[in-house]
Amino acid sequence: MKISVALKPKTIAKPFIWLARKGWLTWILLLIVWWIGSLLSQPEYLPGPGQTLSGAKELVLNGTLAKYVGISLRRIFSGWFLGLLVAIPIGLIAGQFTFFRWIIDPLINFFRFVPAIAFLTLFLIWFGVGEGSKVVLIFYATLFPVVVNTLAGVLSIDPIKIQAARSQGASQFQVFWSVTIPASVPHMFTGIRLGLSSAIISIVAAEMLAAQEGVGYLIYTSRLYFRTDWIFVGIVVLGLIGFFSDRLLRLLGSTVLARFGTDTNS
Amino acid sequence: MSASPTVYSPGGIAIRSLSKRYGRGGGSSSKETPPYILKDVSLTIPRGEFHIFLGSSGCGKSTLLNIVAGFLQATEGNVLVDDKEVSRPGRDRGVVFQNADSAIFPWLTVAQNVGYGLRMGHTPKRQRLETVERCIRLVGLDGHEKKFPSELSGGMKQRVQIARSVANDPSTLILDEPFGALDAQTRKVMQDELIHVWKETGKTILFVTHDILEAVYLGQKVSIFTPGPEAHIQETVSIDSPYPRDLTSPDLGRTIKHIESFFEAPTAATQS
Ligand SMILES: Nc1ncnc2c1ncn2[C@@H]1O[C@H](COP(=O)(O)OP(=O)(O)OP(=O)(O)O)[C@@H](O)[C@H]1O
Ligand SMILES: [Mg+2]
Repeated sequence: MKISVALKPKTIAKPFIWLARKGWLTWILLLIVWWIGSLLSQPEYLPGPGQTLSGAKELVLNGTLAKYVGISLRRIFSGWFLGLLVAIPIGLIAGQFTFFRWIIDPLINFFRFVPAIAFLTLFLIWFGVGEGSKVVLIFYATLFPVVVNTLAGVLSIDPIKIQAARSQGASQFQVFWSVTIPASVPHMFTGIRLGLSSAIISIVAAEMLAAQEGVGYLIYTSRLYFRTDWIFVGIVVLGLIGFFSDRLLRLLGSTVLARFGTDTNS
Repeated sequence: MSASPTVYSPGGIAIRSLSKRYGRGGGSSSKETPPYILKDVSLTIPRGEFHIFLGSSGCGKSTLLNIVAGFLQATEGNVLVDDKEVSRPGRDRGVVFQNADSAIFPWLTVAQNVGYGLRMGHTPKRQRLETVERCIRLVGLDGHEKKFPSELSGGMKQRVQIARSVANDPSTLILDEPFGALDAQTRKVMQDELIHVWKETGKTILFVTHDILEAVYLGQKVSIFTPGPEAHIQETVSIDSPYPRDLTSPDLGRTIKHIESFFEAPTAATQS
């Protein structure tokens, strides 16, 4: 008797726990809350999952969504990539040369609190209405997490590693290439991931800059047509872009870069 | 204190009236000058000798080895290695650190770690690969060349460090408690391994430990520090027994007793 009583909840609990652990339960609950909320409200105010889905279907069928996602991805990745090209060397050099760190530290600690969106108008004036201003804005957003983390990586290198390399006959320059850079890869990698999320977050701000296309543009202009369902589509798409690109990066971290110690489960 | 006779030896190591205090170079701002950790250490170590430094914790053994390695500057006096004054780290002095995880490069394989110094020194590839293979065999790591450090045990990591140092063909090997973190069994194996490497290569070895038995098992000479601060070498004991040594032999038993007496004396004094 006792055993069967104990078993029953266990057999129900097993898939339930699996769903919860994998994060599916969260989404199911969110959908339910969203759906109930939408029943109690107006579609222009809070469109339900069904309305959002049909809105998405509309955007998919007329080709807008694919086009917008493509354009936004191009902006996100070019801004992010340019950001990495500039931020990683700055972080490495600031970590290596104290004087340079003194010069750059106040700038970093000032501007990292000024969000990209604050530069909206300035970038428009400085870089025009074309792609330039949008990429620069995402570039700006990427810069700080990457610089800060790369710098922290260099500063946290075990001095024993440097001593070991020096005793092996490595010059200062060789130590930089063969120890400093590989040893700071894990921190750098964290910065690269944070930089990417920062870049994705800033796409809406970037596409508020006189854009005619893009997911951020979709979210920003849908309000003019009271197409709140399209806003929801845009939000979901942004979330998915972030989720999958981070997955991709983490895959890189657990394979190619794993020997540097980037295999994270966070 | 009698000054040690300054015997000229070709090569080898000469530590000459070396003193060390930590703290800022100028020190004019602070009223209290930091104490001397080492005071007037003088010692001559002939080329090829297995020399042990023994002393209580915190007396300055690592400080001395770090000066010889070139990681720290002496406050007064100097160190000559092969008749050249030490001013910075260099490939003539191989260093084996206590913490192998800190010291070896986790992003390189065993073979790449061992060949690191040769690559930095631009040794031709063929010669480099030959040397790496020979050194890996010397420390008994053959078959593990392609592994990464994360796949190795503590003892194997120390073998990598030893092989890496030997590959560079330095005149001197500096080891600061290299086996301190290993279990007793592995430790014993590594001690024999080190004797083997020393016999094969004829390097001068500076080895720090605070284990008297390890000192007597390994060393030709054992230099005993006074307790710090202002530590110096109070006696250098010669041990002539051939290798491998049997620590239960009466001869070595007497040596062990003798060395132990240096460490018991202060305790007895405080008890009375
Ligand atoms: N960077 C430093 N700055 C100031 N004091 C230091 C520094 N490094 C070591 N000391 C001091 O110098 C003394 C000797 O330290 P050292 O590490 O050389 O001792 P040790 O003999 O190697 O000890 P152990 O057996 O515990 O390794 C200690 O009192 C320590 O506090
Ligand atoms: Mg020490």
